[in-house]
Amino acid sequence: MQLRSWTPSRREIMEVGLASVLAAALAPRLAMATEETVAAELKKLYGDKPMAGGKIKLDLPEIAENGLVVPLNVDVESPMTEQDYVKAVHVFADGNPLPQVVTYRFTPQSGKAAASVRMRLAQTQNVIAVAEMSNGALHTAKAQVKVTIGGCGG
Amino acid sequence: MISRRDFVIAAMAAGALASGDRGAFAQAARLGKMMQDDILRFDPVGTLTILHTTDLHAQLEPIYFREPSLNIGVGEARGLPPHLVDEAFLAYFKVPAGGADAYSLTSLDFDALARTYGRMGGVDRLATLVKAIRASRGAGNVLLLDGGDGLQGSWSSLQSRGGDMARVFAALGADAMVGHFEFTYGADRVKEIMDAAPYAFLAQNIRSLEWQEPVFEGRKMFERGGAKVTVIGQAFPRTPISNPRWMIPDWEFGLREEDMQKQVEAARAEGADVVVLLSHNGFDVDRKLAARVKGIDVILTGHTHDAMPKPILVGSTILIATGSHGKFLSRLDLEIKDRKVAGFRYGLLPVLSDAIAPDPEMAALVRELRAPYAADLARVAGHAESLLYRRGNFNGTFDDMICQAMLAERDAEIALSPGFRWGGTLLPGDPITFEAIANATAITYPACYRNTMTGQQLKDVLEDVADNIFNPDPYFQGGGDMVRVGGMGYAIDVSQPVGRRISDMVHLKSGKPIEASKSYAVAGWASVNQGVEGPPIWELVEKHVAATKAVKIEPTSFVKVTGA
Repeated sequence: MQLRSWTPSRREIMEVGLASVLAAALAPRLAMATEETVAAELKKLYGDKPMAGGKIKLDLPEIAENGLVVPLNVDVESPMTEQDYVKAVHVFADGNPLPQVVTYRFTPQSGKAAASVRMRLAQTQNVIAVAEMSNGALHTAKAQVKVTIGGCGG
Repeated sequence: MISRRDFVIAAMAAGALASGDRGAFAQAARLGKMMQDDILRFDPVGTLTILHTTDLHAQLEPIYFREPSLNIGVGEARGLPPHLVDEAFLAYFKVPAGGADAYSLTSLDFDALARTYGRMGGVDRLATLVKAIRASRGAGNVLLLDGGDGLQGSWSSLQSRGGDMARVFAALGADAMVGHFEFTYGADRVKEIMDAAPYAFLAQNIRSLEWQEPVFEGRKMFERGGAKVTVIGQAFPRTPISNPRWMIPDWEFGLREEDMQKQVEAARAEGADVVVLLSHNGFDVDRKLAARVKGIDVILTGHTHDAMPKPILVGSTILIATGSHGKFLSRLDLEIKDRKVAGFRYGLLPVLSDAIAPDPEMAALVRELRAPYAADLARVAGHAESLLYRRGNFNGTFDDMICQAMLAERDAEIALSPGFRWGGTLLPGDPITFEAIANATAITYPACYRNTMTGQQLKDVLEDVADNIFNPDPYFQGGGDMVRVGGMGYAIDVSQPVGRRISDMVHLKSGKPIEASKSYAVAGWASVNQGVEGPPIWELVEKHVAATKAVKIEPTSFVKVTGA
């Protein structure tokens, strides 16, 4: 099966968001994705093609202030010309019930390969971004976001 | 201009009027004259002096505050200051045992030394030191900066919603301030106070949630001592996690390291000779940040209440730690040459209240601010028969008293009390006044709830809070010390990752292990959730102390710590 890739509309994001909130509410011990689940999804997309570091800037809080709406900015370094541009960016969360967060597709007309989204994170986990360049090269970046129960500070 | 000698005499005369007790005054004055000069003695360097106060926690009057006897460092901070206590602290900083410095900086022999050297702090004493330094150095050469947590922590500050301390900082002539517990008065109140304040309220790391626009000024440039000094402010980055987010619903915090770097670069582009970070990050976070953000000359640290007699250098960045509760005033002299810091001298000035003559104007203001609450503050509920203190990574005896009050008054099996670092210390024999109780409990979310929690939920809470303290990466730490527990014992291996630190949870009364699926009656306070119901914690504690009369609590060992 191919991983569903789309540029989601606002409405679709809302639906995905609501679905995961409901799922969490109804079944708090719902099976969560793992690093392996994400690796398997990536394998479906790109096989065993090697991924390099660099080029992707993932802007995420170290600790989420509100796990229900965690801000993510992703920015991929690229001239965005016909010869050299970013084709797609996939974002995964390896500790959510549904690990696919979003996929963005770009063209040279996009001007830059940058996007922002807010996602729900069910627990402390890694957020992984994979960028597919027009020459076929793959880049990846990973950042951990801590989601706390909330506590007593001072 | 008044001479130093005139000033000392004037201050003594004012002290005489305030004290009214001539015999006691004469004795104190002899001690005071000698020691006030000792405290102020400083061989100046360059033309610029930065004064730093932090974490006053609204203590208008002198108090006892015992420093921690346990302060565990993890990761790269393991075994480094500020994670050194008592003998190790004295050895590292070459402080002689048994004197005023050892008294103010460690917990060693605290009871006896407290009786010798007396209470510390008091904003009238602080004002005396600040005025004396301004007089000797020239007011145009001195910058006074406060690191936050100044407006919260006492009954009068709670009742005036920070208004009493806002006036104190104005009277002290503070130039800038940052925030943490200030935000627990709510967004509107913070705005109201800071819009009216004569000092700048700086926070480069607060944004409006919706538009990501700065809520406060991030930095401000001052011209002092012939130099352009830019102060960048950093609010406590974890405020919406450690404290109620619903009180500041439209603001987003965070460390914002990249934005900090941009602030530094913008400051230099504007012509800053010196860049100072006025921070409420906590020491370990600032030590990491100092190595990653380039171009900061000085970081005035706060939040973690550490007091260090010498600066810590990270590259060429000077880190200062001024302690808490008004116990200390930091003086940092900087020599600026060719628009760069060319030299410095630092002193951590102990605010020994018996040795420093109160500033008469500030003393009058303190009396005015406390007068409306005089009857409440003075009410005696019982007395201490043992040392009652809070500070430390795990339970202190003051929090044990609070937990006992919750277990008894809320008929609970287990009590949870927040790991706050603020709150005074009582010596054996001291009365337990309502003021002393409020000094450890005065927050805007005081409800003492009673809930049922499963053993698994209890473990999750302990694991979560433990990771906020013992995560080896300081950027993933947040909040205070470990949550205090009553009625339950546990073991903790601080070297483990989250989820694997806590074990051997036991219900103390029955001696039975805590079962993951079993439900327990739990009382607690300071929940960050909205709409929590229950009586305010100070009411419960006062009631319990009044029923107990004599409170005797020895340090307990029901938390077993390994891996440090």
